[in-house]
Amino acid sequence: MDMKVTKKKLGLKDKYKLMTRDLGWEPSYHSKDELYPYMNYEGIKIHDWDKWEDPFRLTMDAYWKYQAEKERKFYAIIDAHAQNNGHLNLTDARYLSALKIFLQAISPGEYAAHRGFARVGREFPGVGPQVACQMQAIDEIRHAQTQIHAMSNYNRYYNGFHAFADQRDRIWYTSVARSFFDDAMSAGPFEFMIAIGFSFEYVLTNLLFVPFMSGAAYNGDMATVTFGFSAQSDEARHMTLGLEVIKFILEQDPDNLPIVQNWIDKWFWRGFRVLGLVSTMMDYMLPKRVMSWREAWDIYGVENGGALFKDLARYGIKPPKGWDDAEKAIDHMSHQFMLGLYQWSFGTAFHAWIPSDDDMRWLSAKYPDTFDQYYRPRWEHIKKLAAAGTPFKNYGLAKLCQTCQLPTVFTEPDDPTLTCHRETVYKGEKYHFCSDGCQHIFENEPEKYIQAWLPMPQLFQDPVNGDLGEWMKWVSLLDGKDNGDYAGSEDQKNFEAWRGLATTNQ
Amino acid sequence: MTVAAIKEYLAVPRDRVENFHGKQLVYVSWDRHLLFAAPFLLCLPPETAFRELVNGPLAMLLQADPDAAAIDWTKVEWLKSNQPWTPDFDASLAANGIGHKDQLRLRTSGLNSLLAA
Repeated sequence: MDMKVTKKKLGLKDKYKLMTRDLGWEPSYHSKDELYPYMNYEGIKIHDWDKWEDPFRLTMDAYWKYQAEKERKFYAIIDAHAQNNGHLNLTDARYLSALKIFLQAISPGEYAAHRGFARVGREFPGVGPQVACQMQAIDEIRHAQTQIHAMSNYNRYYNGFHAFADQRDRIWYTSVARSFFDDAMSAGPFEFMIAIGFSFEYVLTNLLFVPFMSGAAYNGDMATVTFGFSAQSDEARHMTLGLEVIKFILEQDPDNLPIVQNWIDKWFWRGFRVLGLVSTMMDYMLPKRVMSWREAWDIYGVENGGALFKDLARYGIKPPKGWDDAEKAIDHMSHQFMLGLYQWSFGTAFHAWIPSDDDMRWLSAKYPDTFDQYYRPRWEHIKKLAAAGTPFKNYGLAKLCQTCQLPTVFTEPDDPTLTCHRETVYKGEKYHFCSDGCQHIFENEPEKYIQAWLPMPQLFQDPVNGDLGEWMKWVSLLDGKDNGDYAGSEDQKNFEAWRGLATTNQ
Repeated sequence: MTVAAIKEYLAVPRDRVENFHGKQLVYVSWDRHLLFAAPFLLCLPPETAFRELVNGPLAMLLQADPDAAAIDWTKVEWLKSNQPWTPDFDASLAANGIGHKDQLRLRTSGLNSLLAA
């Protein structure tokens, strides 16, 4: 006769222990240094990996269950969005420019983060961080995939979405985000964690995701909002991991402080430059705006960031070196970027436009100290050129910063009428920068940044050799469709025609 | 240390002059004329006369600014690598000492239509 045996169920604590910490082992026929060869060269000293606290105590089996549930909900809504012509609920197709930039520049960054976390999960000797990094690596690849799926429906109707992978590699503005992640991925494992885990995920991510997801909600983009909800709990976990990492490193040895401070200085500035494009999205590209970049900075930068660095002061951490220069740039940067994006729009796989009178009124109200004085006169002149049938196109291409790879559109921190010119010579070659922050980063590790693939100088080398038409083919940019002014574009005509069909009887 | 690395690490710069098939890069910008979002990148043979650079690509690019027609090229103040400098309009870029990736800046005091008072 069979006896019915009750299955033993593990308690949460035992389960956690067995499924994380107990997965590690002591090597017997290789030394730890051979197994983990990248642990020492950055100068960070770790004495006891067991001091690592897992804030979530999440095990892999539970992780799969949660993620699978979220995935099912996500795809159900994405399908409904596609079947119900959700794209016609957008406030205006101008909104799609923000989405195109996101898909070409940021979604590939999620994939890069996946690779980075997979790598550092292998390189850290502690089981706690290994498991946490593994989960984040899977989150990040899932984010890349779900973003691409969320936006793929727009690709059926609108231009500029079709070649985001080519453009990630080849078009000019995406190299800003790509070089940011390449810089982190080619750094050591500890620097990667401070760069992506702490500086990007903890300090800066709110400036990217909150405005972006609110912008999607305000502008009727259910697909992106759904992605945002699906990623939200992951982001909370990533932020907690970022904070745990920095506290763990600082508590392990006092010698770690100056190294970590240097990385915080560097990665704050690099992150600030990458996220600069968000300022343009918020102030110019959302037909229905959520808040100004200045207002977002005051909340997520000054208030939240200020509180964080106050909290870290007990470890001896100071606010990042570029903080004051960042503050001085806040009321200028979105305008400086949009002027650039408009005049170079022949070379972008998204549309730019001249702000309307209403837009300019909003900009004056939100930027009372800068817009009317510095930027309105330029837009008014550009408007006149367009009205005269000679729209402004700047075929001069742009000088790029050797470090952040952005066009050097920024002005002196204390003089908004003068471009910031910085240069240095290293081993007989000249290099240019957009700011003191980027020059410092270069001078700290010149041998790294001299290899930068700068898209503007590359345009005059093989294989394109200065031929703009060839360049467009090479970057998969369809001239007259993907690029140029929104006014008169196919996207504008189609959106208005289809929306007309949906909302009138004509 | 010029890069954090596990062993000696030497990199090759991507934008060396020999990659440009006999040409070189020159950056030019007009101080306090920020209709142009960033300094221009020009790619020219080093034998180009400075006058050709000014009358050719530079003049064409500057046209969009309302002050462009009023530039008196005999009175322009120039900077090269952020230092005051006087070009010889009839000499080549090379003879003017304009190296690969040098930045030239021009200044035209008094001209500033697009800056609100």
